[in-house]
Amino acid sequence: MPISLPMPEEMSHDILIVGGGAAGLRAAIAAAEVDANLDIAVVSKVYPMRSHTVSAEGGAAAVLREDDSLELHGFDTVRGSDFLADQDVVETFIEKAPEELIQLEHWGCPWSRDSNGRISVRAFGGMSVKRTVYASDKTGFHMLHALFQTSLKYTQIRRYDEWFVSSLLIEDGKCVGVTALDLETGQLHSIVAKAVLLCTGGGGQIFPFTTNASIKSADGMALAYRAGAALKDMEFVQYHPTGLPGTGILITEASRGEGGHLLNKEGERFLERYIPGKMEMGPRDILSRAIMTEMNEGRAFEGEYGGYVHLDLTHLGEKTIDEKLPFVRKLVVKYVGIDPVHEPIPVRPVVHYMMGGVSTDINGNTSIPGLLAAGEVACLTLNGANRLGSNSLTECLVFGALSGREGARYALEQQPVSQNAVRSLADKEQKRIAKQFLEKESGKERVASLQEEMHLTMEKGCGVYRTGEGLQDSCTTLGKLRERFADVAIDDRGRIFNTDLRGALELEFMLEVAECIAHSALAREESRGAQSRLDFPERSDEKFLHHQLAYATPEGPRFEQQPVTITRWPPEERKY
Amino acid sequence: MSTIKITVTRYNPETSSEPFTQSYTIPYKEDMVVLDALNYIKNHVDGTLTHRWSCRMGVCGSCGMMVNGDAKLTCATFLRDYYPGEVQVDPLAHFPVIRDLVIDMSDFMDKLLEIKPWIIRSEEKPLEEGEYLQSPDELNLYKQFSMCINCMICYSACPVYGHDQSFLGPAAIALAHRYNMDSRDEGQDQRAEIIGSHEGIWECTFVGECTRVCPEHVDPAAAIQRSKVQLTKEYFLSWMWPWGN
Repeated sequence: MPISLPMPEEMSHDILIVGGGAAGLRAAIAAAEVDANLDIAVVSKVYPMRSHTVSAEGGAAAVLREDDSLELHGFDTVRGSDFLADQDVVETFIEKAPEELIQLEHWGCPWSRDSNGRISVRAFGGMSVKRTVYASDKTGFHMLHALFQTSLKYTQIRRYDEWFVSSLLIEDGKCVGVTALDLETGQLHSIVAKAVLLCTGGGGQIFPFTTNASIKSADGMALAYRAGAALKDMEFVQYHPTGLPGTGILITEASRGEGGHLLNKEGERFLERYIPGKMEMGPRDILSRAIMTEMNEGRAFEGEYGGYVHLDLTHLGEKTIDEKLPFVRKLVVKYVGIDPVHEPIPVRPVVHYMMGGVSTDINGNTSIPGLLAAGEVACLTLNGANRLGSNSLTECLVFGALSGREGARYALEQQPVSQNAVRSLADKEQKRIAKQFLEKESGKERVASLQEEMHLTMEKGCGVYRTGEGLQDSCTTLGKLRERFADVAIDDRGRIFNTDLRGALELEFMLEVAECIAHSALAREESRGAQSRLDFPERSDEKFLHHQLAYATPEGPRFEQQPVTITRWPPEERKY
Repeated sequence: MSTIKITVTRYNPETSSEPFTQSYTIPYKEDMVVLDALNYIKNHVDGTLTHRWSCRMGVCGSCGMMVNGDAKLTCATFLRDYYPGEVQVDPLAHFPVIRDLVIDMSDFMDKLLEIKPWIIRSEEKPLEEGEYLQSPDELNLYKQFSMCINCMICYSACPVYGHDQSFLGPAAIALAHRYNMDSRDEGQDQRAEIIGSHEGIWECTFVGECTRVCPEHVDPAAAIQRSKVQLTKEYFLSWMWPWGN
């Protein structure tokens, strides 16, 4: 028998942060340091130390060395973005990056060190000098735990661990809180706040083959999109060149930074034919395309999970591998059953990161007052059409801190939110969840089956190489899947820790964001960065040197254009 | 097609007061981990099966469970190590169960706070002055103790914690030791009170199970032993030289 949800209860804070990964925790600490009296909430659907930041391996970029310069980091980032990054954002990023990484050091992050005790740096793709700071090859793990542990000393940060945000509360055009499901009790609550900051990360689970954890279901993007905010540049989905076939487990770019080679089945370092100037240190979009082309032209290996190439580390030797890439060795031994000290690693491109996201300004503000976003969920835009490896961890810190401060300042100027104002919104959300899932009597669609169909169409239509026809198919299929979602029936009608319900709510988020990705890709009739259209193989600055803002309408996304901010680096041919 | 039998201990306080077991026979492949089997059941057979998971690469720490009686990360435990035998999955031992395979770890979260797992200094260096220098040797003094993923497997294997939940436990003590050993930290005295208390290191009888089961090869037993030596030394020094040395 279905069990009704009890009436929602209300809680109130100054600033509420959704997500407890690097961006969310950095924002929480930044807000706490603006004013010690601010009441801060971090709402996360997992315990913060489980957040997906934990999986980042290679490192975080910043100019910390004498042989480097802000100018160079800026140009590398802009060139990597295929000239779609907003350059004022890039300038802020490169300026703030060094102090953020030093701050993490002061908070105990165990950065790898040179013999003189200074923080070490390593090479990364698309970066013209070594500037990637790292903690062996578990950088995200160490950053996340250092941030989480440091956040514990701020008693004004109240955590809601394992609470799932189901909607944003919008009252008089302002964001004034969220509704959230306490997984442990199954109760839906409204939590009001003067400012809400989304730090929920990306949505790799929209695709079948991804490095992203199961929790990466584009929640924040969908929440903002539904509430009327724009999603920006959603067509740009990054494929990381080197994931393990089958599992999609990430093999860090640092493997190449430390000297690893990519080889096809003829034993050839095939990048010679694609990007001889950079070889393995090329940016991810170009390398992923190169590998796909090798696969399409029959020069890749064939395995149970499709084509793959080799990432060869054997010449690095056991000592370097154990010192610099111990996690890679452990992962490959465990999940592939070979030792990279002695044998090359099978790899193939894998969905890794979303350059697009909730459209924000440089301080994280969206078009909805009181709603901000930072980290992968946001699109400022720092990464343009292609993000450089190791810029995203730093992005979480720099813009997490900036938007945490911005949200704090905004909250200090606001009047307390009336609990009554959101009562009807919360009731409505409770009824929706009951009617659509927990108390629904009909329904023949299964969450897992719809998710598989979404995966199929996203891989087929929205992969590394795209065509208008394929994208159109994806748009049509996704529209139908969204209709069929109305007929979903979940097995679990209980209240306590209902992960079946959580999965259904996540799939609903993903379908909306997936549709936005497909339509955005269809609308951009050019090839730029991670978007490679076989029917429009050239970049067209004349027609498409702009951002695409997508707004949700009942008929699908409506697009607006936004110019790219250019300050120091005029668009030119992207050459390596 | 090969199949394997998975038996899961289930519990839902809404519908029954006692746990019960349920078995599922599912398709078997050589590269499947225990977590894949649970996800297969969840997605295709029984959506009410409840378990935690996220990264599926052994780093987020969500999916610790008992597999045929041993505490394991299910994303890093292959079915082939049991096949053609059966696999029994239970929630981690020594914890209250919220539902099915989901344990209540709030006790650990409270203990985490108690050991003050952050850098404590009397004076902070301004950011403009750059990083604190730390040699690779200094880093290595604490590095392995910073590798803990909070998966709770050591608590589940620790007989002392099983007997007395007030014991601070292996992961929390290892983390305290991690900060104590960090050249940037000056908080050892502040942590000594909790570490040296009745609930702290002295309860450990040095069984060493924590170190044996740790999927990250953290050595909590060593952290506990070294803390004991350190505190004992300080105790005697303070007794011999009460004015400090």
